[in-house]
Amino acid sequence: MNKEWPLYEVFIRSKNGLEHRHVGSLHAADDQMALENARDVYTRRQEGVSIWVVESSQITASNPENQGELFEPAADKVYRHPTFYNLPDEVDHM
Amino acid sequence: MKHNHLHQYLLLLGDHSMILGHRLSELCGHGPSLETDIALTNISLDLFGQVRSYFQYAAKIEGGDATEDSIAYLRHERKYLSSTILEQENTDFAHVIVRQFLFDVYHRLLLEELQNSKDDQIAAIATKSLKEVKYHLRFSTSWMNRLGAGTEESNQRMQVALDYLLPMAHELVTASEVENAVKIEGIAPDLDVLSIEFWAQVKAVIQESNLKYPEFKNRVVRGKQGIHSEHMGRLLSEFQYMQRAYPNMQW
Repeated sequence: MNKEWPLYEVFIRSKNGLEHRHVGSLHAADDQMALENARDVYTRRQEGVSIWVVESSQITASNPENQGELFEPAADKVYRHPTFYNLPDEVDHM
Repeated sequence: MKHNHLHQYLLLLGDHSMILGHRLSELCGHGPSLETDIALTNISLDLFGQVRSYFQYAAKIEGGDATEDSIAYLRHERKYLSSTILEQENTDFAHVIVRQFLFDVYHRLLLEELQNSKDDQIAAIATKSLKEVKYHLRFSTSWMNRLGAGTEESNQRMQVALDYLLPMAHELVTASEVENAVKIEGIAPDLDVLSIEFWAQVKAVIQESNLKYPEFKNRVVRGKQGIHSEHMGRLLSEFQYMQRAYPNMQW
């Protein structure tokens, strides 16, 4: 029997209006405990206003071996970046 | 001293948070998992934050050379007014959780009432502390549920802890002379009223956690009068060590 608690990934929203960001992982026996552990481990210095936790095994991840075919073709397609527009100063978070 | 009852009551409030906070601090680096270790240490820090507020206020009333540190570290055992249940040893995680849960239920009910205290400063401390304590209760309740309704072994260990600690819990909600005096002055709530809600909530969680409410007789405990169990001396000798060995030392 595996005695380790399952691994969870933790996402924190640092303030309203921003997106949740992955901050790390932790072990917990159930979802509720994962949420409470995340609160204690990752938000003790006011890092967040909202927490998501998800069991790591529920995440489908890309394989580093496929890096070439997945990501490298984007490298020479500079025209896909919106860098040709002038942004007004008031626009934040871009 | 003019504010004698208020002063004693501040010591009682501070001692409750401090003695439990010290027991939790003993677990720092020894928690059953890294995550739980941090959780228990966080709770300890919350409690010590409350202690500072109470003792700074008490030191002001006392006047003279009194400071929060002298109140915390330089009293004799008989002058500490914490309930006996709080100085009980950590023994195992089940004891840690049951002790925490029983205190949290009482603590939340008490702080809710203290928000309306006639003493503005106590009311302000209560309002600030209540948010912390609501989380403590959430934490300990979820562990009561999880371990009580967990495996056969976890259930049994919880039952052992409950059978041992529950006969001491009545002291939390039984008024001492000091508490009666501050109740009359409108500073503190009526513990007779509070105890009804306390036992209702405790019973409900015991039931939903698959644990048995044990048949028990209340143990005679007089921590609030300064008469402590055999564990208190050892606790204080460690707690006071630095100030006794190096008088007036500071970080």
